[in-house]
Amino acid sequence: MKSKGAQISIALVCLVMGMLLAVQFKATDTYQADLMPERVDELTQKLDTVTQQKEALEEEVLSLRDKLIHVRETDKAMKDLQDELHKAQMAAGTIPAEGPGVVISLDDSNINIQPGDNANYSIVHDSDLLILVNELKASGAEAIAINGERLTAMSEIRCAGTLILVNWTKIGPPFTIEAIGDPDMLQSGLMLNGGQLTTLKFLGLQTSVQKAEQIKLPAYSGPMKINFAVPSQYQEKVE
Amino acid sequence: MWLLAVFCLLVGLVLGFQLPVMLPLVYTKYMSIAVLAALDSVFGGIRAYMEDSFDNLIFTSGFFVNMLLAAGLAYMGDRLGVELYLAAVIVFGVRLFNNLGIIRRYLLKKH
Repeated sequence: MKSKGAQISIALVCLVMGMLLAVQFKATDTYQADLMPERVDELTQKLDTVTQQKEALEEEVLSLRDKLIHVRETDKAMKDLQDELHKAQMAAGTIPAEGPGVVISLDDSNINIQPGDNANYSIVHDSDLLILVNELKASGAEAIAINGERLTAMSEIRCAGTLILVNWTKIGPPFTIEAIGDPDMLQSGLMLNGGQLTTLKFLGLQTSVQKAEQIKLPAYSGPMKINFAVPSQYQEKVE
Repeated sequence: MWLLAVFCLLVGLVLGFQLPVMLPLVYTKYMSIAVLAALDSVFGGIRAYMEDSFDNLIFTSGFFVNMLLAAGLAYMGDRLGVELYLAAVIVFGVRLFNNLGIIRRYLLKKH
């Protein structure tokens, strides 16, 4: 006990012990924090979004009133119609779009699968892309394309054997999701604790998110078949 | 002697918290078993010290070997589909409490 060797070994053991404990604490903390959403933050955020929505709606009411007045003066009506058309085309994805945004790269895991591991965890699924697109939309993305396939109002993302179908086009890894919107908002929306990207990174998939100053997205060029839906009587809501 | 141990423990804790090492979720289970084994070894060492039967080699080798063995057993159990880590939890848990009890008795006797 009194020897120098004993003291050195005790010091070494205690050092290793402390590091082990700290790493374990950190891991336990992080993973539990992931599971417990902070209620207050969540509610505050909800209130913020609802307030913003209300303001946006109020603005819309005003602009709609304006348009109604414009309609009575036919000169301006054409321009309004043109504006509406552009907006609708942008939402539908039928015209090319450009602007700032983020680029997500996604690829299958490059870690060798051990016997007993579930191979399903190490590849990118259609559902992963779907959830990511959903998160992007929730963070305010205005136009999205996956591997150059522009997402339209009627695009599907689904599994087709070893590949994924988007707009009935087969795409495979590596995936690149480009989204136009507020780059900061989009990035923080993707990086939220418990988001799909963190989960995928966890599982060992190769992911990266990069902000971009200028992204150019192509238009959806395929056919748009609308066979059943017909516009119903437009209801005036304001005035 | 005690000061040295506590100091090193603190240095280890600070190092562990500061290092940008993040344990992947899959390994947390093995790490927890390893930590348990390490704790057991340390308390075993304290007990041996109190009993004046402290052996440097046994202590150091016990610390590292127990740790690796416990984590390795848990890993093997996962591969075999047997919850072997439960065995490690029970064995080390029982020994921890045993050692703590003996240490407590020595301390009480001393004062």
